[in-house]
Amino acid sequence: MNDDTLRLGGHEFHSRFILGSGKYSLKLIEAAVKDAGAEIITLAVRRANTKEQENILDYIPDGVTLLPNTSGARNAEEAVRIARLARELGCGDFVKIEIMRDSKYLLPDNQETIRATEILAKEGFAVMPYMYPDLNTARDLVGAGAAAVMPLGSPIGSNKGLATREFIQILIDEIDLPVIVDAGIGKPSQACEAMEMGAAAVMANTALATAGNLPMMAAAFRQAVEAGRKGYLAGLGRVLTRGASASDPLTGFLRD
Amino acid sequence: MVRVNGQNLEIAGKTVAEFLADAGYDPKRVAVERGGGIVPKTQYGETVLTDGDCVEVVSFVGGG
Repeated sequence: MNDDTLRLGGHEFHSRFILGSGKYSLKLIEAAVKDAGAEIITLAVRRANTKEQENILDYIPDGVTLLPNTSGARNAEEAVRIARLARELGCGDFVKIEIMRDSKYLLPDNQETIRATEILAKEGFAVMPYMYPDLNTARDLVGAGAAAVMPLGSPIGSNKGLATREFIQILIDEIDLPVIVDAGIGKPSQACEAMEMGAAAVMANTALATAGNLPMMAAAFRQAVEAGRKGYLAGLGRVLTRGASASDPLTGFLRD
Repeated sequence: MVRVNGQNLEIAGKTVAEFLADAGYDPKRVAVERGGGIVPKTQYGETVLTDGDCVEVVSFVGGG
């Protein structure tokens, strides 16, 4: 498994779990990163507040790759502005594009996301677009220069799991880029299932932030993602359409 | 008047570096946009804010 690396934007990672940093105490970030084995953590960009003396960067262990998102952007132009600001904050060239026009369901605007991906990829960003799992959009994102695609499992923060399973599977089967399942993954078994399906990685935030014990849940996600990945690499056994297939010999019974 | 993060401030004539220091921002932890374009950190000392400028000062926060 050691040579099973995840390649994103010219970088190599061994962890396939991407950790969100929203909605929980900064003091828990270090434990979450460590227990999740995470090598990538997402962040948001917001107007700075001089009254807040604590900065999240002081709580993120060295060596962890920062993946700023463009949350709050309502169109491609706003996403591009946020991405440029994030890069100026000194986080490297990664950006997760999030563009939403709707604050009720927080569904990504695929068309604007394609536009922003094209602009930012040309500027040298490693672009990881959050998207509704649609094959045509994913193909356009490949053409626009994305480093990965990040389809949603279910609405952000819902913990409802892989509601879009069939469509994510299509992306995994057809798209020649890492498919990273983002949003809605609510428990370790769902992360494991996504990995068994062949997802390149899974991202979660709310599942951990709303858990009873955050670091323990981080550890559970790590194990689930690793188990799912191994299961995928091992090649899942077939499923019978009907009937049964004995696991035991059908001869040598203790009867005549 | 300069508009900073949605608030009008009487800081025309100051450089970005002076404004950040006076307001209490840590220049290492913020990024600055002026009129829709990035002000590189290396230019904070020489970029003078003028009347009517629209400035955003941002930093990282937790997010998913």
